[in-house]
Formats: sequence, C-alpha cells, structure tokens
Amino acid sequence: MANAQARDVTAAIETVIRLEWARLVAGLARYCGGDITLAEELTQDAVVAALEQWSRDGVPANPGAWLMTVAKRRAVDQFRRNRELDRKYAEIGRALEATENDGTARFDQAISDDIGDDLLRLIFISCHPMLSVPARVALTLRLLGGLTTAEIARAYLVSEPTIAQRIVRAKKALASAHVPFETPGSPERPARLASVLEVIYLIYNEGYSATAGQDWTRPWLCHEALRLGRLLVQLMPEEPEAAGLTALMELQSSRLAARVGPTGEPVLLLDQDRSRWDQLLIGRGLAALDRALALRGERGPYVLQACIAACHARAYHGEQTDWARITELYEVLAQVMPSPIVELNRAVAVSMAFGPAAGLALVDQLAAEPALREYHLLPSVRGDLLLKLGRAREAQAEFERASTLAGNAKERELTAARARSAAEHRGEP
Amino acid sequence: MRFLGYQLGDPSVPMPPPDPAMFAAMGEFVAEATRAGVLLATGGTAPPEQATKVRYADGEFTVLDGPFTEAKELVGGWALMEVRDKAEAIEWTKRFLAIAGGGESTLREVVGP
Repeated sequence: MANAQARDVTAAIETVIRLEWARLVAGLARYCGGDITLAEELTQDAVVAALEQWSRDGVPANPGAWLMTVAKRRAVDQFRRNRELDRKYAEIGRALEATENDGTARFDQAISDDIGDDLLRLIFISCHPMLSVPARVALTLRLLGGLTTAEIARAYLVSEPTIAQRIVRAKKALASAHVPFETPGSPERPARLASVLEVIYLIYNEGYSATAGQDWTRPWLCHEALRLGRLLVQLMPEEPEAAGLTALMELQSSRLAARVGPTGEPVLLLDQDRSRWDQLLIGRGLAALDRALALRGERGPYVLQACIAACHARAYHGEQTDWARITELYEVLAQVMPSPIVELNRAVAVSMAFGPAAGLALVDQLAAEPALREYHLLPSVRGDLLLKLGRAREAQAEFERASTLAGNAKERELTAARARSAAEHRGEP
Repeated sequence: MRFLGYQLGDPSVPMPPPDPAMFAAMGEFVAEATRAGVLLATGGTAPPEQATKVRYADGEFTVLDGPFTEAKELVGGWALMEVRDKAEAIEWTKRFLAIAGGGESTLREVVGP
C-alpha cells in the first residue's frame, strides 16, 4: 500500500517535470545567454531538489514556478562560487542577481510573459541545420518533448549512451559555433523553418511507418510530433507551412488505428475500415488546413501534402476518392518539391485516376533512380500495378524484392504474403 | 491516450459570485492546454435541472427529466484531453481544479473509434 502510494507520488512528480521541462529549459536558456547546456543542467539540478522535497512534502501549488526559482538560485550560487573563474557565469549571475533584487515574482512574470518566444527560440536552436538530422531529432525530443534519453533510445532502437552522446555532442557543437538563442530573421529564416518542420515530420514518420523493428507503427511517437506541431502552430500562427504540417499530421493520425490489423499487420489505405477513421482528428486537420490556405503565400510542400491527405479524409468510401484532384496536387507538389518519392506517389494517383498502365509507365521511368534503389515501396507499387494488369509472374518477383528491402517486420510479412498471392494468380487462366 | 474529464452540476451547491480573476486565469489555462496540444475539445453543460435521461430497458423507452442528484459540482463541464498517460491527465485536471477553486472531476479513458 505504502509502495503503491510512493509510486503514485513519483509518477505525479515525473509527470510535472516532463510537462514543465521545455518551459524551464527555454526560460533559463535566455537568462544563460542561450547556453542550453547550462540551462539543462540547472533544470536537472532543480529536478533533483524537487524529487527530494516533493516526495516528502507533496507537489507545490505552482510546480513550474518552484522549479524555476530553485534553478535560478542554483545559477546564482554557481556564479558566486565561480565568480573569479568564469566570465560567462559572472554575466549570468549579474543578470540573475538583478532579477532577484526585483523580486522573484517579477522574474517569474518575465519568464511566463515571454515563454512562447523562448520556446520558439528553443525549437529553432534544437533543429539547427548545422546539426546532423539524428542529432536534431534527439535534441528536440529531449528539450521540447521532455523525453528522457532512455525513451528516445527506445523510440529509435539504439542504446541509451548513443542518444546521450548524440545530445551532448549537439549541444557542444551549438556552443562552439556560438549559435545565438533567437528566432532567426531573413535571410536565413526560410531554411531554418524548413529544418524545424523537417525534424517534426521525421519524428512523425518514424512513428507512422517505422524504418526498423517489429512494429509497423509507433503511435506514441506520432503523438509526440503532433504535440510539437500543435505548439508550433500556436507560436507561429502566420506561418502557412507550420499549419500545413500540423494539418497533415492530424489527418494522417486519423487513420492510425485503421491502418493496423488485429495482429499488427499493415492495412492499406483502400482496404481500411473508414468508420474507424478518427473524425475528431479529421475535423482538426481540415480546420488547420483551412487556416493554412487562408494565409498568404505560395502553397508549400506541407500544405500540398495536407491537401492530398484531405482528399482521402473527405472520401467516406474508397471509391469516392477524387483521384484526378490528387493527381493534380501531386503535379504541383512535384514542382515545389521535386523528389522521386513524390513521383512514385504521383504514379499511384495516376494509376487510380487513369488506369494501371498509365501508372506503370511513370513507375518504369523511376526504375533507374538511384535514390529509390533500396526503397521497398518502388517494387511494391510496381508489383501492385503489374498484378492489376494481369502480369502475375512479374508482380510476384517485385513483391519478393519489396519484401527483402522492407525495414520493419510487419511490412516484410505483408509484401511476402502479396508475393505468395501473386504466385497463386499465376495458376489461373 | 485520450481522457474525458467531466464534472456535472449540482443545484444544491450555492452559486458563488462570478469571479473575473478566476475567469481570466481559466482562459489562460485553456489557452495553455490548447497550445500544448493536450486540449482537443471542451465545453460547459447546462444546469442539471435541464438534464434529461433516456433509458431503454425491456423493450421500453423512458425519458426522465432532471435534476439528478448524484453530481456534486455546481458548474458542469467537460474536456477531451490527448495525453501521454493517465498521470498527465491527472496533472492537467489538478491544474484545472486549482483554478476552479474546488470540486471533483471524473476521468474516463476514451477508447476507439
């Protein structure tokens, strides 16, 4: 009984810390002159103090302010110890002492007033293009999502020390490059924003179709990305691509339950039970897309992909899908964001709108594309079109190839089953 | 994970005077929960004396008009939350109740569709 109670208290404390983590790091980073390493250390110190005191005395009424006050005091203590040694601590300490003289209440007020801006700065620095993509992903999940290194390691099927090291190195790289803690202005803003959106969408996609492992999807990772997207839309309401990305993730998430069968096997779009699509998320996605479309500016890749996802979401039966409209949208997308994967998707849309032969002609143009050489969906799509054209022998070979290329176990099983099914078709007249 | 948090109204609880500071704090709280991607939908409910229950048993429908007395709260309302786990739903509910000044919320995990 006592153990169960202690567990409840620990769970409550850990939850508070996870929810407050990003705001604490973001708020402290500004006071630490953008030093996110120091900001995170101070946050961690405050957390250690909280675990000790809260499990004894209970969680205070305003846990965020409590943690911030403790972290700030730690900073001042460190400054006093290191006054002679470290100029940086001296600067921070002076700033913090000044706020302390103003009273803690005003300090907390300043933190909460600007917290949106600080969170946005933290997102931009975590997703800085100078970092490798895996480093950006790990840092964003750690600093913005408040996930532990162990949780991130589990999500990406790597060891915890690997993630921890990745995060440490990323922070060092940012520090030695003196990357300022600010929301970038022009001319670097478009590239910096693109990197933020890319990181969030990569996290989403790893959850939506895992590149490795036993499970095809990891919905909780989709949920982490969706949270970040929802936050970003609130922080940058004028940015159509932020709204577009969030619309896309809301719409795709509406299908998460329906695209996995009872034994965890993938269920393809046209085979899904659409009554299991989440209408609440569809509504949120369509609303976010409307907001994105109402903003000025050219339609970027995320808005266009959300438009395509919306075509599916609006079709209550598969045969109601407006494939001609989807084909048009893919044509525009291919101009805005030329990519062989977009071309492959366009080929699928063309095959649905104008027949499998038209689609196959486009797919065959992609056969020599180096970027798709190891991409399992190329033979998978080609096999599907060949089967529809009655060329079962060739289809079987394509599905077998797709099966060897698929990264996660469930997709391997699906394509292997399709290869077997194609083999059975060969026996028929 | 999704949770529905709700509290139903109780007409026997005296109505406190409207407190503008509480309303402002609640507005900020709702904005924060929305920004965090947690609050999916929320709403209030009309007073319990306007409540109606529709029952179907043994092939017969019964329509019962309120008030119903099992509820303990004056202000009825609900919130649909998307959270990582139950502990997060509890933490957001605590924050809501602290601003509301008291009361009791029920949390039910929402499954499906």
